[in-house]
Amino acid sequence: MEIWSVITSIIPAAIAYTMPLLMGALGGLYSERSGVTNLCIEGLMLTGCFASATVTFLMQSAGFNYTLAIAMGILAAMLAGALLSLLHAIAAINLKSNQVISGTAINMLATALTLFLAQTITGSGNVTVLRGIVRQDIPILSKIPVIGPLLFTRTYWTTWICLLIWAVSFFLLYKTSFGLRLRACGEHPSAVASAGINVHKMRYIGVLLSGLLSGLGGACILATYAGEYNSTSGINGLGFLAIAALIFGQWKPLGILASTFFFGICMTIANMGRVIPVFQGIPTGYLGLFPYVATLIALVLSSKKSAAPIASGEPF
Amino acid sequence: MKSKVINKPLEARKASPLLVSLSAVFLGIIAGAILIALIGKNPIAGFDRILFGALSNVRRIGNTLGMSTQLILIGLSVAFAFKTGLFNIGASGQMLMGGITGSILAFYLPLGMPRPIYLLIIIVASALVGALWGFISGFLKAKFNVHEVVSTIMLNWTAYWLVYDWIQRFIVDPTIVVKSKPIETVHTLRADWLTDLTKFSTLNYGFFLAIIACIVIWFILDKTNLGFRLKAVGSNRFCAEYAGIKVNRSIMISMAVAGALAGLAGLTYYCGYSNIMEMGKMPNEGFDGIAVALLGNCSPVGVFFSAVFFGILKMGRGSLAATGIPTEIADTIIATIIYFTATNVILANFWNGIFKRNFEKKEEAISLALESEGRSVDIQSLSKDERKALIKKGMPMLKEKKAEEKEAK
Repeated sequence: MEIWSVITSIIPAAIAYTMPLLMGALGGLYSERSGVTNLCIEGLMLTGCFASATVTFLMQSAGFNYTLAIAMGILAAMLAGALLSLLHAIAAINLKSNQVISGTAINMLATALTLFLAQTITGSGNVTVLRGIVRQDIPILSKIPVIGPLLFTRTYWTTWICLLIWAVSFFLLYKTSFGLRLRACGEHPSAVASAGINVHKMRYIGVLLSGLLSGLGGACILATYAGEYNSTSGINGLGFLAIAALIFGQWKPLGILASTFFFGICMTIANMGRVIPVFQGIPTGYLGLFPYVATLIALVLSSKKSAAPIASGEPF
Repeated sequence: MKSKVINKPLEARKASPLLVSLSAVFLGIIAGAILIALIGKNPIAGFDRILFGALSNVRRIGNTLGMSTQLILIGLSVAFAFKTGLFNIGASGQMLMGGITGSILAFYLPLGMPRPIYLLIIIVASALVGALWGFISGFLKAKFNVHEVVSTIMLNWTAYWLVYDWIQRFIVDPTIVVKSKPIETVHTLRADWLTDLTKFSTLNYGFFLAIIACIVIWFILDKTNLGFRLKAVGSNRFCAEYAGIKVNRSIMISMAVAGALAGLAGLTYYCGYSNIMEMGKMPNEGFDGIAVALLGNCSPVGVFFSAVFFGILKMGRGSLAATGIPTEIADTIIATIIYFTATNVILANFWNGIFKRNFEKKEEAISLALESEGRSVDIQSLSKDERKALIKKGMPMLKEKKAEEKEAK
């Protein structure tokens, strides 16, 4: 029964780690499917994390309801992410600049700007919220044997929002004409343009959605397991893990759900390894590098059948 | 008649990369000034402090050059990869691997060994380990088509945790468990005469290493067959492949060389500029190197000067504390500069537009002046001095004409 207790301690944590990655990867999916390479997920998530930390911290200290403060923080994060992604959209779509460089510039800008603002707002490099989201059991579902303890106990409410957004995205991308157009912009933009659709507009929507979702992902990091914006560690390359998950998931919603969950489990093992008896013998350093090496291996394995949008990264 | 054929046809000037870079710097500084003003501080005082902190005496200048050393090497690393069409944002990880190699060797090699041999060993070793780290990304790109941006980032974090473990395992300082033991000065790249000359600054042999690297990279890129092949792959890999260049091999070589340069940067950083390694710290310089390379237009000379510029920003910000401006303003300026170099199309268009308008105005002035003289000659056939004289004569006429047109409206 020891294995069962390990699983029940890993899976709920892994789900918490999965959600920010899922949102980041889904954001990347929208952007890349519309034809804009987006390597600034990291910066967008970091900005989201910072914006939600600041708003939540300020509102909670001002005496607002804790949950309301978190909700406002999440909204602020999405807004901040969208604003920053607008910079990438202008550079990539209107100015036809190198999207990899523009993305990197935005990553650096996010790191520097959030730290700059954190220092002006709190005086130190960190913004810590008073309380994150309280984990709750889902009333009836948590009593189901096997699935109950794994999926429905000690959950964050943001998890359900993220999953809902994922489901809506699935529908939007594959069952509506909007989704078809968006995907076509990433494959053959001139065909879309000849059908009388504004490619630039579709790409703007794609990039802005990636900003919104990555911001949400960053807010999830803050409100669930991190509890603070930390300038020194940032978000530890999670945004790049999300991009890797996007590639590993073959640019498909179901694929990224599976791959982000895989990375979520890796992150859990890296972060909780010391408290799980099975992994206690492994030094911290090796536990820490596990998710990144696993990602590299996963990328090598998935490289054979790459289904990247053909026109991704090509200015139109 | 012969000279006329050689004469280039008259046309408006095009914006040079230097002009575009300088404009990006200008815009970055403006953005920084706006940010400083937004938090209610005086931007001019801020920039004054930065210059003061970086250049006000010999020691500070030495420190600035010491900081620039890493930036030159990393800038070269990124620039070299860029010329081959690769984007090396894994310089941080390569730096860490080079640095840890140097640090471990510094502890385990005997203190009594001859200095030149010792220096040669650590330089070669850290360059090799850095090259290996870069080569992994190149290999994954060539054989498995893994995007180098993603793989280098993953390798950055792998290096981060490996170094975390190795500091603990091999070179930890027992009194401060999160740092390595300081390296003996004879085992760093510091030199007594440099330290004396610059009054105990961080300037070390690494600076000369960086200059040599600039020259070597310039030579490879501009004067050798290898450099030509690498650049050909960078400008069009399909064309290069068709011409018989082994693209996959070029990618691996390029990433390995880039890794070696970043590994050297790690050596100069951890065993010269500083003499300890901290656990759990990702060096920011790896990302600043991207800015250095882009601003320097990926040429070794440009990299050198832009690295010194960023060195000034990074060293000078330490003196900002007195003004109450957060020191991160320097990083914000750097990031803004990269954004503007990435979107250099607007800057180039802006300048090209100005040049074109200016040129058209001059052309018009010349034709007006010619008209008044009653001559009709091809502008192309005029000599430079004649043109200048005609422009001088034509400008007032043009102004009058414009004024008349305005009144007519």
